[in-house]
Amino acid sequence: MQTDTKRRVFLKRSAASGAVAVAVGAGLLTPQMVLAEWNKAAFESKSVEDVAKNLMGLEGAAEESADINIKAPDIAENGAVVPITVDVSMDGVETIAIIAKENPSPLAAAFTMGEGGVPFGRTNIKMGKTSDVIAMVKTADKTYMAKKEVKVTIGGCGG
Amino acid sequence: MSSMKVKAKEKDGIVEVKALIKHPMETGLRKDKKTGKPIPAHFVQQVVVEHGGKNRVTADWSGGVSKNPLLFVKFKGGAKGDMVKVAWTDNQGGTDSAEAEIK
Amino acid sequence: MNKVLITVATVAAISLAPAMANKKATETSPEEDLKAYQDYFTKRFNNEVPLNEFQNGVYSIDENSRQNWEAIEEFPPYEPFVEEGEEMWNTPFANGKGYKDCFADGPAIRGNYPYWDADRKMVMTLPLALNECREANGEKPLKYKKGPIATLLAYISYESRGQKTNVSIPEGDADALAAYNDGKNFYFARRGQLNFSCAHCHFESSGMNVRSDILSPALGHTTGWPVYRSKWGELGTLHRRFSGCNKQVRAKDFPAQGEEYRNLEYFLTHMSNGIEFNGPSARK
Repeated sequence: MQTDTKRRVFLKRSAASGAVAVAVGAGLLTPQMVLAEWNKAAFESKSVEDVAKNLMGLEGAAEESADINIKAPDIAENGAVVPITVDVSMDGVETIAIIAKENPSPLAAAFTMGEGGVPFGRTNIKMGKTSDVIAMVKTADKTYMAKKEVKVTIGGCGG
Repeated sequence: MSSMKVKAKEKDGIVEVKALIKHPMETGLRKDKKTGKPIPAHFVQQVVVEHGGKNRVTADWSGGVSKNPLLFVKFKGGAKGDMVKVAWTDNQGGTDSAEAEIK
Repeated sequence: MNKVLITVATVAAISLAPAMANKKATETSPEEDLKAYQDYFTKRFNNEVPLNEFQNGVYSIDENSRQNWEAIEEFPPYEPFVEEGEEMWNTPFANGKGYKDCFADGPAIRGNYPYWDADRKMVMTLPLALNECREANGEKPLKYKKGPIATLLAYISYESRGQKTNVSIPEGDADALAAYNDGKNFYFARRGQLNFSCAHCHFESSGMNVRSDILSPALGHTTGWPVYRSKWGELGTLHRRFSGCNKQVRAKDFPAQGEEYRNLEYFLTHMSNGIEFNGPSARK
Protein backbone atom coordinates (compact mmCIF):
# COMPACT_ATOMS: atom_id res chain seq x y z
CA MET A 1 0.00 0.00 0.00
CA GLN A 2 2.72 2.39 1.08
CA THR A 3 4.75 1.57 -2.04
CA ASP A 4 1.82 2.25 -4.35
CA THR A 5 1.25 5.67 -2.82
CA LYS A 6 4.92 6.59 -3.27
CA ARG A 7 4.95 5.39 -6.85
CA ARG A 8 1.77 7.21 -7.79
CA VAL A 9 3.08 10.49 -6.45
CA PHE A 10 6.43 9.94 -8.15
CA LEU A 11 4.87 9.35 -11.55
CA LYS A 12 2.43 12.24 -11.55
CA ARG A 13 4.73 14.87 -10.14
CA SER A 14 3.21 18.01 -11.63
CA ALA A 15 -0.37 17.15 -10.61
CA ALA A 16 0.56 16.04 -7.15
CA SER A 17 3.26 18.57 -6.40
CA GLY A 18 1.38 19.66 -3.30
CA ALA A 19 1.26 16.04 -2.25
CA VAL A 20 4.96 15.68 -2.85
CA ALA A 21 5.72 18.54 -0.52
CA VAL A 22 3.41 17.16 2.14
CA ALA A 23 4.76 13.66 1.70
CA VAL A 24 8.34 14.84 2.05
CA GLY A 25 7.39 16.83 5.10
CA ALA A 26 5.64 13.86 6.66
CA GLY A 27 8.60 11.61 5.96
CA LEU A 28 6.63 9.51 3.49
CA LEU A 29 8.85 10.60 0.64
CA THR A 30 12.56 10.80 1.15
CA PRO A 31 14.64 13.31 -0.80
CA GLN A 32 15.76 10.25 -2.77
CA MET A 33 12.25 9.91 -4.20
CA VAL A 34 12.12 13.48 -5.40
CA LEU A 35 15.62 13.03 -6.78
CA ALA A 36 14.42 10.12 -8.88
CA GLU A 37 12.74 12.62 -11.13
CA TRP A 38 16.02 14.30 -12.01
CA ASN A 39 16.27 13.62 -15.72
CA LYS A 40 19.52 11.69 -15.86
CA ALA A 41 19.24 10.95 -19.58
CA ALA A 42 18.84 14.64 -20.42
CA PHE A 43 21.62 15.81 -18.10
CA GLU A 44 24.01 13.19 -19.44
CA SER A 45 23.18 13.81 -23.10
CA LYS A 46 26.21 14.78 -25.13
CA SER A 47 24.49 16.69 -27.91
CA VAL A 48 21.88 19.41 -28.09
CA GLU A 49 19.63 17.08 -30.15
CA ASP A 50 19.76 14.42 -27.44
CA VAL A 51 19.03 16.99 -24.73
CA ALA A 52 15.99 18.14 -26.72
CA LYS A 53 14.80 14.59 -27.16
CA ASN A 54 15.36 13.49 -23.57
CA LEU A 55 14.19 16.64 -21.84
CA MET A 56 11.49 17.97 -24.15
CA GLY A 57 10.54 14.85 -26.08
CA LEU A 58 11.47 16.72 -29.24
CA GLU A 59 12.48 14.97 -32.44
CA GLY A 60 14.14 17.30 -34.89
CA ALA A 61 14.83 21.00 -34.60
CA ALA A 62 13.17 23.49 -32.29
CA GLU A 63 11.70 26.61 -33.84
CA GLU A 64 13.61 29.82 -33.20
CA SER A 65 11.55 32.40 -31.38
CA ALA A 66 12.08 36.06 -30.69
CA ASP A 67 9.88 35.74 -27.60
CA ILE A 68 12.78 34.09 -25.81
CA ASN A 69 15.23 36.62 -24.43
CA ILE A 70 18.68 35.42 -23.36
CA LYS A 71 20.79 37.79 -21.30
CA ALA A 72 24.40 36.67 -21.15
CA PRO A 73 27.73 38.48 -21.46
CA ASP A 74 29.26 38.74 -24.95
CA ILE A 75 32.55 37.80 -23.33
CA ALA A 76 32.53 35.86 -20.09
CA GLU A 77 34.89 37.37 -17.56
CA ASN A 78 35.43 33.98 -15.97
CA GLY A 79 34.26 30.73 -17.58
CA ALA A 80 33.57 29.28 -14.13
CA VAL A 81 30.82 31.81 -13.41
CA VAL A 82 28.83 32.94 -16.43
CA PRO A 83 25.57 34.73 -15.50
CA ILE A 84 22.68 33.59 -17.73
CA THR A 85 19.11 34.93 -17.64
CA VAL A 86 16.27 33.58 -19.77
CA ASP A 87 13.08 35.59 -19.96
CA VAL A 88 10.18 34.27 -22.04
CA SER A 89 7.15 36.25 -23.19
CA MET A 90 4.94 33.33 -24.20
CA ASP A 91 1.93 31.72 -22.58
CA GLY A 92 1.79 28.15 -21.37
CA VAL A 93 5.51 27.69 -20.79
CA GLU A 94 6.23 24.40 -19.03
CA THR A 95 10.02 24.17 -19.07
CA ILE A 96 12.98 26.41 -19.82
CA ALA A 97 16.35 24.76 -20.43
CA ILE A 98 19.78 26.42 -20.45
CA ILE A 99 22.17 24.56 -22.72
CA ALA A 100 25.86 25.33 -23.34
CA LYS A 101 26.45 23.67 -26.69
CA GLU A 102 30.19 23.06 -26.35
CA ASN A 103 30.13 21.79 -22.76
CA PRO A 104 30.83 18.04 -22.34
CA SER A 105 27.29 17.68 -21.01
CA PRO A 106 25.46 20.56 -22.64
CA LEU A 107 22.36 20.71 -20.40
CA ALA A 108 23.22 22.85 -17.38
CA ALA A 109 19.83 23.80 -15.95
CA ALA A 110 16.11 23.22 -16.50
CA PHE A 111 13.41 25.35 -14.85
CA THR A 112 9.98 23.71 -14.61
CA MET A 113 6.98 25.94 -13.99
CA GLY A 114 4.63 25.00 -11.19
CA GLU A 115 1.39 26.81 -10.42
CA GLY A 116 1.91 30.52 -10.95
CA GLY A 117 5.48 30.03 -12.14
CA VAL A 118 6.64 32.89 -14.36
CA PRO A 119 8.72 31.80 -17.38
CA PHE A 120 11.98 33.29 -16.18
CA GLY A 121 15.15 31.69 -14.94
CA ARG A 122 18.54 33.00 -13.91
CA THR A 123 21.59 31.16 -12.70
CA ASN A 124 25.38 31.09 -13.23
CA ILE A 125 26.84 28.32 -15.36
CA LYS A 126 30.28 26.94 -16.13
CA MET A 127 31.52 27.17 -19.69
CA GLY A 128 34.66 25.42 -20.83
CA LYS A 129 35.02 27.35 -24.06
CA THR A 130 33.35 29.76 -26.42
CA SER A 131 29.94 28.39 -27.22
CA ASP A 132 26.37 29.14 -28.15
CA VAL A 133 24.18 29.30 -25.08
CA ILE A 134 20.82 27.90 -26.14
CA ALA A 135 17.58 28.52 -24.30
CA MET A 136 15.04 25.85 -25.16
CA VAL A 137 11.45 26.43 -24.14
CA LYS A 138 8.68 23.85 -24.03
CA THR A 139 5.06 24.87 -24.18
CA ALA A 140 2.11 22.49 -24.31
CA ASP A 141 2.19 22.07 -28.09
CA LYS A 142 5.65 23.09 -29.23
CA THR A 143 9.31 23.51 -28.34
CA TYR A 144 11.09 26.76 -29.21
CA MET A 145 14.65 27.99 -28.89
CA ALA A 146 16.90 31.04 -29.01
CA LYS A 147 20.66 31.25 -28.82
CA LYS A 148 23.45 33.65 -28.02
CA GLU A 149 27.17 33.17 -28.45
CA VAL A 150 29.25 33.69 -25.34
CA LYS A 151 33.01 34.00 -25.81
CA VAL A 152 35.14 32.39 -23.15
CA THR A 153 38.82 33.22 -22.99
CA ILE A 154 41.58 31.93 -20.80
CA GLY A 155 42.66 34.28 -18.08
CA GLY A 156 46.22 35.54 -18.28
CA CYS A 157 46.89 36.42 -14.68
CA GLY A 158 46.23 32.90 -13.44
CA GLY A 159 46.77 33.52 -9.73
CA MET B 1 23.48 27.15 10.22
CA SER B 2 21.85 27.12 6.81
CA SER B 3 23.80 26.64 3.64
CA MET B 4 21.38 28.91 1.88
CA LYS B 5 20.35 32.54 1.81
CA VAL B 6 16.92 33.35 0.41
CA LYS B 7 15.38 36.70 -0.47
CA ALA B 8 11.83 37.21 -1.72
CA LYS B 9 10.37 40.44 -3.03
CA GLU B 10 6.92 41.21 -4.43
CA LYS B 11 6.52 43.84 -7.13
CA ASP B 12 3.49 44.43 -9.37
CA GLY B 13 2.02 41.06 -8.47
CA ILE B 14 5.18 39.11 -9.27
CA VAL B 15 7.26 37.52 -6.53
CA GLU B 16 11.01 37.40 -7.19
CA VAL B 17 12.86 34.70 -5.31
CA LYS B 18 16.65 34.76 -5.08
CA ALA B 19 18.63 32.03 -3.39
CA LEU B 20 22.36 31.63 -2.92
CA ILE B 21 23.45 28.14 -1.95
CA LYS B 22 26.85 27.26 -0.50
CA HIS B 23 27.76 24.11 -2.39
CA PRO B 24 30.92 22.82 -4.14
CA MET B 25 29.05 21.83 -7.33
CA GLU B 26 31.71 19.31 -8.34
CA THR B 27 31.17 17.86 -11.81
CA GLY B 28 33.06 14.68 -11.08
CA LEU B 29 35.44 15.50 -13.93
CA ARG B 30 38.12 17.26 -11.85
CA LYS B 31 41.09 15.51 -10.33
CA ASP B 32 42.59 16.22 -6.93
CA LYS B 33 45.82 18.11 -7.62
CA LYS B 34 47.73 16.31 -4.91
CA THR B 35 46.54 12.71 -5.22
CA GLY B 36 45.56 12.65 -8.90
CA LYS B 37 42.33 10.92 -7.94
CA PRO B 38 39.06 12.11 -9.44
CA ILE B 39 36.96 14.29 -7.14
CA PRO B 40 33.53 12.63 -6.96
CA ALA B 41 30.56 14.43 -8.46
CA HIS B 42 28.79 16.44 -5.78
CA PHE B 43 26.25 18.94 -6.99
CA VAL B 44 22.77 20.23 -6.26
CA GLN B 45 20.34 18.40 -8.51
CA GLN B 46 17.03 19.96 -7.64
CA VAL B 47 15.82 23.16 -6.03
CA VAL B 48 12.13 23.53 -5.24
CA VAL B 49 10.47 26.86 -4.52
CA GLU B 50 7.35 26.38 -2.39
CA HIS B 51 4.70 28.88 -1.44
CA GLY B 52 1.16 28.51 -0.17
CA GLY B 53 1.51 24.75 -0.14
CA LYS B 54 2.32 24.76 -3.84
CA ASN B 55 5.45 24.02 -5.82
CA ARG B 56 5.92 27.27 -7.76
CA VAL B 57 9.10 26.56 -9.69
CA THR B 58 11.54 23.66 -9.76
CA ALA B 59 15.10 24.04 -10.97
CA ASP B 60 16.97 20.92 -12.05
CA TRP B 61 20.71 21.35 -12.29
CA SER B 62 23.86 19.51 -13.37
CA GLY B 63 27.44 20.03 -12.22
CA GLY B 64 27.54 22.58 -15.04
CA VAL B 65 26.05 25.16 -12.70
CA SER B 66 28.67 27.29 -10.94
CA LYS B 67 30.02 26.71 -7.44
CA ASN B 68 28.00 28.38 -4.67
CA PRO B 69 25.11 28.55 -7.10
CA LEU B 70 22.61 31.30 -7.52
CA LEU B 71 18.94 30.72 -8.30
CA PHE B 72 16.61 33.51 -9.37
CA VAL B 73 13.02 32.66 -10.34
CA LYS B 74 9.64 34.37 -10.31
CA PHE B 75 6.03 33.41 -9.67
CA LYS B 76 2.59 35.01 -9.43
CA GLY B 77 0.15 34.59 -6.59
CA GLY B 78 2.19 35.62 -3.59
CA ALA B 79 1.76 38.64 -1.34
CA LYS B 80 4.01 40.62 0.96
CA GLY B 81 4.20 38.88 4.31
CA ASP B 82 3.79 35.37 2.89
CA MET B 83 6.55 32.85 3.49
CA VAL B 84 8.50 31.25 0.64
CA LYS B 85 10.47 28.07 1.21
CA VAL B 86 13.37 26.94 -0.94
CA ALA B 87 14.61 23.36 -0.59
CA TRP B 88 17.49 21.66 -2.40
CA THR B 89 18.69 18.09 -2.76
CA ASP B 90 22.03 16.97 -4.17
CA ASN B 91 23.28 13.84 -5.89
CA GLN B 92 24.76 12.48 -2.68
CA GLY B 93 21.50 12.68 -0.76
CA GLY B 94 22.35 15.97 0.89
CA THR B 95 19.50 18.37 1.45
CA ASP B 96 18.73 21.70 3.06
CA SER B 97 16.04 24.34 3.04
CA ALA B 98 15.48 27.92 4.08
CA GLU B 99 12.53 30.28 4.28
CA ALA B 100 12.08 33.95 3.68
CA GLU B 101 9.24 36.40 4.08
CA ILE B 102 8.10 38.14 0.92
CA LYS B 103 9.02 41.80 1.34
CA MET C 1 29.78 54.11 -19.27
CA ASN C 2 32.17 53.95 -22.16
CA LYS C 3 35.15 51.74 -22.33
CA VAL C 4 38.10 53.87 -21.44
CA LEU C 5 40.77 53.74 -24.08
CA ILE C 6 44.42 54.08 -23.37
CA THR C 7 46.22 55.70 -26.25
CA VAL C 8 49.86 55.22 -26.89
CA ALA C 9 50.37 58.95 -26.58
CA THR C 10 48.88 58.89 -23.11
CA VAL C 11 51.15 56.09 -22.07
CA ALA C 12 54.22 57.86 -23.39
CA ALA C 13 53.30 61.18 -21.84
CA ILE C 14 52.65 59.78 -18.42
CA SER C 15 55.78 58.07 -17.32
CA LEU C 16 55.41 58.77 -13.67
CA ALA C 17 55.92 55.26 -12.41
CA PRO C 18 59.48 54.97 -13.72
CA ALA C 19 60.07 58.47 -12.38
CA MET C 20 58.86 57.46 -8.96
CA ALA C 21 60.83 54.24 -9.15
CA ASN C 22 64.05 55.82 -10.29
CA LYS C 23 64.13 58.20 -7.39
CA LYS C 24 65.09 56.91 -4.02
CA ALA C 25 62.02 56.28 -1.92
CA THR C 26 63.17 58.88 0.55
CA GLU C 27 63.29 61.70 -1.98
CA THR C 28 59.54 62.29 -2.02
CA SER C 29 57.23 62.67 0.94
CA PRO C 30 54.05 60.66 1.44
CA GLU C 31 51.98 63.77 0.66
CA GLU C 32 53.84 64.33 -2.60
CA ASP C 33 53.52 60.66 -3.47
CA LEU C 34 49.79 60.67 -2.82
CA LYS C 35 49.16 63.58 -5.12
CA ALA C 36 51.45 62.23 -7.86
CA TYR C 37 49.94 58.74 -7.63
CA GLN C 38 46.32 59.87 -7.77
CA ASP C 39 47.01 62.42 -10.55
CA TYR C 40 48.75 59.70 -12.57
CA PHE C 41 45.74 57.41 -12.60
CA THR C 42 43.21 60.17 -13.13
CA LYS C 43 45.13 61.29 -16.23
CA ARG C 44 45.88 57.77 -17.41
CA PHE C 45 42.19 57.09 -17.69
CA ASN C 46 41.49 60.34 -19.47
CA ASN C 47 39.79 62.00 -16.51
CA GLU C 48 36.80 59.77 -17.14
CA VAL C 49 36.96 57.86 -13.87
CA PRO C 50 36.06 59.82 -10.73
CA LEU C 51 38.39 59.16 -7.81
CA ASN C 52 35.95 57.12 -5.76
CA GLU C 53 35.06 54.89 -8.70
CA PHE C 54 38.56 53.39 -8.63
CA GLN C 55 37.26 51.37 -5.69
CA ASN C 56 35.73 49.05 -8.29
CA GLY C 57 39.03 48.13 -9.88
CA VAL C 58 38.84 46.84 -13.41
CA TYR C 59 35.09 47.43 -13.45
CA SER C 60 35.70 51.16 -13.33
CA ILE C 61 37.62 51.05 -16.62
CA ASP C 62 36.10 48.24 -18.70
CA GLU C 63 32.49 48.08 -19.83
CA ASN C 64 32.34 44.39 -20.69
CA SER C 65 33.65 43.05 -17.41
CA ARG C 66 31.56 45.64 -15.60
CA GLN C 67 28.42 44.03 -17.09
CA ASN C 68 29.52 40.60 -15.86
CA TRP C 69 30.17 42.10 -12.44
CA GLU C 70 26.87 43.99 -12.23
CA ALA C 71 25.00 40.76 -13.03
CA ILE C 72 26.81 39.03 -10.20
CA GLU C 73 26.30 41.95 -7.79
CA GLU C 74 22.50 41.50 -8.09
CA PHE C 75 22.84 38.81 -5.48
CA PRO C 76 26.48 38.87 -4.53
CA PRO C 77 28.31 35.66 -3.60
CA TYR C 78 29.79 37.30 -0.50
CA GLU C 79 26.41 38.02 1.14
CA PRO C 80 26.03 34.74 3.04
CA PHE C 81 29.50 35.32 4.49
CA VAL C 82 28.51 38.73 5.81
CA GLU C 83 25.78 37.06 7.84
CA GLU C 84 28.11 34.32 9.05
CA GLY C 85 30.60 37.03 10.00
CA GLU C 86 27.94 38.79 12.02
CA GLU C 87 27.35 35.61 13.98
CA MET C 88 31.08 35.27 14.58
CA TRP C 89 31.28 38.87 15.82
CA ASN C 90 28.39 38.34 18.23
CA THR C 91 29.47 34.95 19.56
CA PRO C 92 31.28 35.28 22.89
CA PHE C 93 34.69 33.75 23.45
CA ALA C 94 35.04 30.87 25.91
CA ASN C 95 35.84 33.39 28.63
CA GLY C 96 32.58 35.25 28.07
CA LYS C 97 34.10 38.32 26.43
CA GLY C 98 33.74 39.22 22.77
CA TYR C 99 35.20 41.28 19.94
CA LYS C 100 33.11 44.18 21.22
CA ASP C 101 35.32 44.30 24.31
CA CYS C 102 38.45 44.84 22.20
CA PHE C 103 36.82 47.19 19.73
CA ALA C 104 34.55 49.65 21.47
CA ASP C 105 33.38 51.28 18.23
CA GLY C 106 33.03 47.98 16.38
CA PRO C 107 32.02 46.46 14.10
CA ALA C 108 32.42 49.45 11.72
CA ILE C 109 36.16 49.64 12.29
CA ARG C 110 37.61 49.02 8.83
CA GLY C 111 38.41 52.70 8.35
CA ASN C 112 40.77 52.72 11.34
CA TYR C 113 43.29 50.45 9.63
CA PRO C 114 46.11 50.16 8.83
CA TYR C 115 47.71 52.57 11.25
CA TRP C 116 51.15 53.17 12.66
CA ASP C 117 51.49 51.93 16.22
CA ALA C 118 54.08 54.35 17.60
CA ASP C 119 54.62 52.42 20.85
CA ARG C 120 55.24 49.08 19.21
CA LYS C 121 56.90 50.68 16.18
CA MET C 122 54.95 48.66 13.67
CA VAL C 123 52.08 48.86 11.22
CA MET C 124 48.91 47.51 12.76
CA THR C 125 46.40 45.95 10.37
CA LEU C 126 42.82 44.87 11.02
CA PRO C 127 43.38 41.07 10.73
CA LEU C 128 46.34 41.32 13.06
CA ALA C 129 44.30 43.32 15.56
CA LEU C 130 41.48 40.76 15.40
CA ASN C 131 43.86 37.91 16.16
CA GLU C 132 45.49 39.83 18.98
CA CYS C 133 42.03 40.26 20.46
CA ARG C 134 41.42 36.54 20.17
CA GLU C 135 44.72 35.60 21.75
CA ALA C 136 44.29 38.10 24.55
CA ASN C 137 41.08 36.26 25.38
CA GLY C 138 42.44 32.75 25.23
CA GLU C 139 41.29 31.95 21.72
CA LYS C 140 43.41 30.46 18.95
CA PRO C 141 44.44 32.90 16.23
CA LEU C 142 42.85 32.49 12.80
CA LYS C 143 44.84 31.82 9.66
CA TYR C 144 45.27 34.97 7.61
CA LYS C 145 44.46 34.18 4.01
CA LYS C 146 40.99 32.64 3.93
CA GLY C 147 38.33 30.90 5.97
CA PRO C 148 36.98 32.33 9.23
CA ILE C 149 39.18 35.45 9.21
CA ALA C 150 37.83 36.38 5.80
CA THR C 151 34.26 35.74 6.95
CA LEU C 152 34.71 37.97 10.01
CA LEU C 153 36.35 40.64 7.83
CA ALA C 154 33.41 40.45 5.40
CA TYR C 155 31.02 41.49 8.17
CA ILE C 156 33.28 44.22 9.52
CA SER C 157 33.93 45.59 6.03
CA TYR C 158 30.25 45.51 5.12
CA GLU C 159 29.36 47.48 8.24
CA SER C 160 32.16 49.93 7.45
CA ARG C 161 31.16 50.63 3.87
CA GLY C 162 31.41 54.28 3.02
CA GLN C 163 34.19 55.06 5.48
CA LYS C 164 36.93 56.96 3.70
CA THR C 165 40.47 55.64 3.49
CA ASN C 166 42.52 57.89 5.74
CA VAL C 167 45.94 56.46 6.48
CA SER C 168 48.41 58.87 8.02
CA ILE C 169 52.15 58.70 8.33
CA PRO C 170 52.68 60.65 11.54
CA GLU C 171 54.73 63.77 11.05
CA GLY C 172 58.21 63.55 12.54
CA ASP C 173 58.04 59.80 13.22
CA ALA C 174 61.10 58.42 11.44
CA ASP C 175 60.12 54.81 12.03
CA ALA C 176 56.69 55.31 10.51
CA LEU C 177 58.21 56.94 7.48
CA ALA C 178 60.69 54.08 7.20
CA ALA C 179 57.87 51.54 7.19
CA TYR C 180 56.01 53.56 4.55
CA ASN C 181 59.14 53.77 2.39
CA ASP C 182 59.74 50.07 2.88
CA GLY C 183 56.30 49.43 1.42
CA LYS C 184 56.94 51.90 -1.38
CA ASN C 185 60.24 50.27 -2.27
CA PHE C 186 58.61 46.88 -2.31
CA TYR C 187 55.99 48.16 -4.73
CA PHE C 188 58.45 49.55 -7.25
CA ALA C 189 61.18 46.93 -6.95
CA ARG C 190 61.53 44.29 -9.63
CA ARG C 191 61.10 40.77 -8.32
CA GLY C 192 60.97 37.17 -9.31
CA GLN C 193 61.85 35.19 -12.37
CA LEU C 194 59.55 37.36 -14.45
CA ASN C 195 61.36 40.40 -13.06
CA PHE C 196 58.25 42.52 -12.73
CA SER C 197 57.48 45.03 -10.06
CA CYS C 198 53.92 45.57 -8.84
CA ALA C 199 54.07 48.89 -10.68
CA HIS C 200 54.90 47.32 -14.03
CA CYS C 201 51.46 45.78 -14.21
CA HIS C 202 49.37 48.07 -12.06
CA PHE C 203 50.81 51.43 -13.02
CA GLU C 204 52.37 51.34 -16.44
CA SER C 205 50.26 48.55 -17.85
CA SER C 206 47.02 49.18 -15.99
CA GLY C 207 44.08 49.07 -18.37
CA MET C 208 46.07 46.91 -20.76
CA ASN C 209 45.72 43.20 -21.33
CA VAL C 210 47.67 40.25 -20.04
CA ARG C 211 46.20 37.65 -22.41
CA SER C 212 42.50 38.18 -21.76
CA ASP C 213 42.74 39.77 -18.34
CA ILE C 214 42.70 43.51 -18.00
CA LEU C 215 45.16 44.81 -15.43
CA SER C 216 43.48 46.84 -12.74
CA PRO C 217 44.98 50.15 -11.63
CA ALA C 218 46.80 50.25 -8.31
CA LEU C 219 44.61 53.14 -7.21
CA GLY C 220 41.72 51.70 -5.21
CA HIS C 221 43.35 48.30 -4.76
CA THR C 222 42.88 48.21 -1.03
CA THR C 223 39.26 49.29 -0.58
CA GLY C 224 37.25 46.17 -1.41
CA TRP C 225 38.76 43.49 0.82
CA PRO C 226 37.96 40.73 1.61
CA VAL C 227 37.18 39.69 -1.94
CA TYR C 228 35.06 36.81 -3.23
CA ARG C 229 36.99 35.84 -6.33
CA SER C 230 35.08 33.57 -8.70
CA LYS C 231 38.43 31.92 -9.29
CA TRP C 232 38.79 31.08 -5.59
CA GLY C 233 35.12 30.20 -5.18
CA GLU C 234 35.42 31.79 -1.74
CA LEU C 235 36.58 34.88 0.12
CA GLY C 236 40.23 35.80 0.42
CA THR C 237 42.19 38.54 2.14
CA LEU C 238 44.49 41.23 0.80
CA HIS C 239 47.58 39.36 1.97
CA ARG C 240 46.35 36.25 0.21
CA ARG C 241 46.36 38.27 -2.99
CA PHE C 242 49.82 39.73 -2.32
CA SER C 243 50.96 36.14 -2.00
CA GLY C 244 49.26 35.10 -5.21
CA CYS C 245 50.69 38.01 -7.18
CA ASN C 246 54.21 37.26 -5.98
CA LYS C 247 53.81 33.64 -6.95
CA GLN C 248 52.51 34.66 -10.38
CA VAL C 249 55.72 36.53 -11.16
CA ARG C 250 57.61 33.66 -9.56
CA ALA C 251 58.95 35.79 -6.79
CA LYS C 252 59.59 34.96 -3.19
CA ASP C 253 56.44 34.97 -1.16
CA PHE C 254 56.34 36.47 2.33
CA PRO C 255 54.25 35.46 5.33
CA ALA C 256 50.75 36.89 5.55
CA GLN C 257 50.68 39.67 8.16
CA GLY C 258 54.46 39.63 8.31
CA GLU C 259 56.39 42.90 8.28
CA GLU C 260 56.87 43.06 4.48
CA TYR C 261 53.18 42.74 3.62
CA ARG C 262 52.05 44.99 6.46
CA ASN C 263 54.39 47.72 5.28
CA LEU C 264 53.23 47.17 1.73
CA GLU C 265 49.62 47.45 2.90
CA TYR C 266 50.53 50.68 4.73
CA PHE C 267 51.96 52.28 1.60
CA LEU C 268 49.29 50.94 -0.72
CA THR C 269 46.33 51.93 1.44
CA HIS C 270 47.72 55.43 1.95
CA MET C 271 47.76 55.86 -1.83
CA SER C 272 43.97 55.35 -1.87
CA ASN C 273 43.29 58.02 0.75
CA GLY C 274 39.94 59.65 0.06
CA ILE C 275 38.42 56.57 -1.56
CA GLU C 276 35.60 54.84 0.33
CA PHE C 277 35.98 51.34 1.65
CA ASN C 278 33.55 49.05 -0.19
CA GLY C 279 34.25 45.56 1.03
CA PRO C 280 33.43 42.82 0.77
CA SER C 281 33.49 42.78 -3.01
CA ALA C 282 33.33 40.32 -5.90
CA ARG C 283 35.93 39.86 -8.60
CA LYS C 284 36.62 37.28 -11.26
